[in-house]
Amino acid sequence: MIAESWMKQGRDVAIATVIETWGSSPRRAGSQLVVDNAGNFEGSVSGGCVESSVIAEAVDVISHGKAIMLEFGVADETAWKVGLSCGGRIKIYLERLG
Amino acid sequence: MDPFCLKKLNQERRERRAVVLLTDLTDGRDRVIKESDPVVGELGEAIRKAFLTGQSGVKEIGGREFFLNVYLPSPRFVVIGAVHISEVLAPLAKIAGYEIEIIDPRSAFATPERFPDVTVYPDWPQDVLRERPLDAYCALAVLSHDPKIDDPALELAINAGCFYIGALGSRTTHAKRIERLKQLGFIDEHLDRINAPIGLDIGAIGPHEIAVAIIGGVIKAFRARGHQDKDIN
Repeated sequence: MIAESWMKQGRDVAIATVIETWGSSPRRAGSQLVVDNAGNFEGSVSGGCVESSVIAEAVDVISHGKAIMLEFGVADETAWKVGLSCGGRIKIYLERLG
Repeated sequence: MDPFCLKKLNQERRERRAVVLLTDLTDGRDRVIKESDPVVGELGEAIRKAFLTGQSGVKEIGGREFFLNVYLPSPRFVVIGAVHISEVLAPLAKIAGYEIEIIDPRSAFATPERFPDVTVYPDWPQDVLRERPLDAYCALAVLSHDPKIDDPALELAINAGCFYIGALGSRTTHAKRIERLKQLGFIDEHLDRINAPIGLDIGAIGPHEIAVAIIGGVIKAFRARGHQDKDIN
């Protein structure tokens, strides 16, 4: 709903969706985050642990238009950097609207 | 994501209809699937399960990965009768994830003092439900003990295909109720959908235990949506 209203305002939008989770993760599959090209966002895909990283990627996805898959987890060095310390793993599908 | 799909998805959500957004993760194409849309095979089975459980997830079929994102309308629980059971049922239902709405035209019953933090309509059910129609994602429990108040709500709930319809009263009371509804043209198939005596059969005594039986019945019916031929007791 937010994505649609942003689109109507003429903003370029990307949608991040949690598609798989393993172990303990704060948001279940289907949770979404809507980001515009200025980095404004609504919703959540984790308890705040990976959002900043997803938003940074989203700005790229908005510019090139190609959907990407992001994975965060304990096995992933960058996950520690962005602090997914809950011990879970999540897979996020990030796509541009339109 | 296709903006057309997004508009269609949001339209369905506004209309309180269940939808699955099916995304082919291989090429990024998406499709909006309604509960009534026929989808066959392995994918159809996965979609049917997603509608039933409300759980989104990835499914691999024929070497392609699909993401099924399920959007179910939040269930409404409408209670007819601002009675003692409703007082106990309101907080209990809330804990179980259902915000109840109480309708009772007897304004002496339907007071904010008796029902703090609950939406209470001191009007006739047919008037309130004309403004806020019932649908397949609604549960209805009639508890007023007054056919003038209960029956019109039951008629609307049967016609709307509510996932749960429960009616308080003994077997004798219910037999009379069935007779009245038959005179209005309802057939056994419709009337069998009414859960009476109300709630799960846990041998409930008194308002508190009856409230537990009712919320148990609602949860069970919601989890068994689409298998309504089964006896929910």
